[in-house]
Amino acid sequence: MAMSDLYREHILDHYENPRHHGTLADADFSHEESNPLCGDHVRIDVKLSEDKTRIADAAFSGEGCIISQAATSMLLESVMGWRIDDVEQLDPQHVLSLIGVPLTANRVKCALLGLKVLKTGIKLWKLQQMQHSA
Amino acid sequence: MHTQREFFDVHAVRRDFPILQQRVNGKPLVFLDSAASSQKPLPVLEAMERVYREAYANVHRGVYALSEAATAAYDEARAKIARFIGAPAVENIVFTRNATEALNLLAYAYARAFLREGDEILLTELEHHANFVPWMVLARERNVTLKFIPLTPEGLLDLDAFERLLTERTRIVTFAHVSNVLGTITDPAPIIARAHAAGAIVIVDGSQSVPHMPVNVQAMDCDFLVFSGHKMLGPTGIGVLYGKRALLEAMPPFLTGGDMISYVGFDDVRWNDVPLKFEAGTPAFVEAIGLGAAVDYLSALGMDAVRAHEAQLTAYALERLSEVSGVRIYGPQDPQRRGGVIAFTVNRIHPHDLASLLDQHGIAIRAGHHCAQPLHQRLGVNATARASFYIYTEPSEIDALAEGIEHAKRALRIS
Ligand SMILES: Cc1ncc(COP(=O)(O)O)c(C=O)c1O
Repeated sequence: MAMSDLYREHILDHYENPRHHGTLADADFSHEESNPLCGDHVRIDVKLSEDKTRIADAAFSGEGCIISQAATSMLLESVMGWRIDDVEQLDPQHVLSLIGVPLTANRVKCALLGLKVLKTGIKLWKLQQMQHSA
Repeated sequence: MHTQREFFDVHAVRRDFPILQQRVNGKPLVFLDSAASSQKPLPVLEAMERVYREAYANVHRGVYALSEAATAAYDEARAKIARFIGAPAVENIVFTRNATEALNLLAYAYARAFLREGDEILLTELEHHANFVPWMVLARERNVTLKFIPLTPEGLLDLDAFERLLTERTRIVTFAHVSNVLGTITDPAPIIARAHAAGAIVIVDGSQSVPHMPVNVQAMDCDFLVFSGHKMLGPTGIGVLYGKRALLEAMPPFLTGGDMISYVGFDDVRWNDVPLKFEAGTPAFVEAIGLGAAVDYLSALGMDAVRAHEAQLTAYALERLSEVSGVRIYGPQDPQRRGGVIAFTVNRIHPHDLASLLDQHGIAIRAGHHCAQPLHQRLGVNATARASFYIYTEPSEIDALAEGIEHAKRALRIS
C-alpha cells in the first residue's frame, strides 16, 4: 500500500474541514466515549426531529487521530435525516466504505469510535424514554 | 565466567533474530517497539523447542525420568535468574505470568495482610498502569492512602518532594526503575535507604531496567523487584517476583491449589515452602526455561555492554530527532539519565497517524499512552509516539525513523 492510500485526499479533507463539528445547544441527547487503546475521544450531540424518530442535526467534538475524526465527520454527514432505528442497526461496513481504504484491525477501532458513540447515545436515549413513560 | 566486552557486534546479534530479516510493506523491518515486548533470539526458541521435543513432562509431579529432567531444567532456570539479578538464593525467585501479576501478588498477598486503614503507599506520577491500578483498588477497599512523588520539569523524580511525602505512615514505596515513557532512570539505592529508615518496604518495578542494564537486588537492597520475561528476549507468559526471604515467608499465599501446598487434609492445609507457596498450579515451566536461555544470552553479551550500546543509541536518537522540525521529545535530555526509550510528538500529527504512516515504511513504533495515562495527563498530552531500542537496534534504524517522520509530514502537507 502506498503512503498516499491511507491518507487520501477525501480523508484529509474531512480532517482539515470537519463537517458537523462542534456542539449543539438544543441537543436531545449527547454521548461521549474514549478509545482505551489510544485515548482518542469523541462526543456527539444529537437533535431529533419533531416526532423524535429522525436525526435532525448532529455535531461532534473531541480529539484524536485523522482516522477517528474524519470517520466521525463522514458518518454524521451521511446519517442526516436518517431514522434513529436505522442508525442503531447500521452496519459498521458503512463507515469503513466511507473511509474507502483498507485499515488494520487497530485502526478499524479508530474509524468506528464515532459510530459506537452515536449508537450507544441512541440506545441510552431510548432507554431513558422508556423509563420516563413507564 | 563471561567475558565482558564494552561493545558487541550488532550484526552478529541480528543474525540470531530471524524475525528481523523480514520485510514489511516492501521495506526492511525497522522494529522500534522493544519496550512493549522484545524479539526472541534463536537460542531461546531452540531451548523451548528442545523441551517440547525431548524432555517434556509436568514438573514436581513425576518420579520418572522425563519429569525429573523437566524439573531439573526448571530449577536451573530459576537459579540462572537468581544469579542474573544478584539474588542470594533460588528461594527468592517466584515465577509469575508477568510483572503485572507479580505486582498484583504483592497488592493482594502482602498489602492486604500487612496494611491497615490510614496507612500510606507512596508511588510516582510516572508509573505504568500495572503499578498503579492494583494500588488504587487496594486503596478503595482498605482506606489506604496513595501519594504520588511528582516529577521535575525534566522528567526526573522530585526527590525533595519524596522527602516531604515520606511519613511514619508510609508502609510501601514503589517506583519504576526506568520509565517506559520518559526513559527516566531512577537511582534506586538512596530512595530505598530513606524508605527503610522511615520503616517502609520498597517495591521496584524493574520491567524496563532488568532487560537493559545491570541490576543487583542486594546492592540496591530493595524488598521486592518485579519484571517480565517477554521484554528481555524471553517468551510471553513468564515473569518474576524477587522478594526478600523473610517477607516472602511472612506473606500468605496469593493463588491456591496444587503445587503450593505441603499437606492437604479434609480440614487442614499447610503451605509449601517459598517460592513454591506462590506458584499454584502447573507453572509455565517451558517459558521459564526459555527465560533462562534469554538470561544466558544477555549475560554472554554482558549487561554493561548492553547498557553502553543503548546509551549510545539513545544519545544519537536524541540528537537526530531534535534536528527534525516539529518534533518534541519528553523526558531527560541527558542520555546517561535515560534508558533506550524516547517518547515524542510531532507538531500537528496525531501519534496514531504517525505510527500508521511509519508502518507503511516498515517502521514499527508505539503510539498512545503506553499504559501510563496519569503521566500523560501530567505531560498535558493525550498520546505520544514512542521509539524504543534494544541489543539488535542499529543507528541506521534511527536514521530511518527520522526520515520516516519527514515523509509523514509531507504526506499530511505539514512543512
Ligand atoms: C514499567 C513497566 N511496568 C510494568 C509493565 C507491565 O508488564 P507486563 O504487561 O508484562 O505485565 C510494563 C510493560 O509495559 C512496563 O513498561
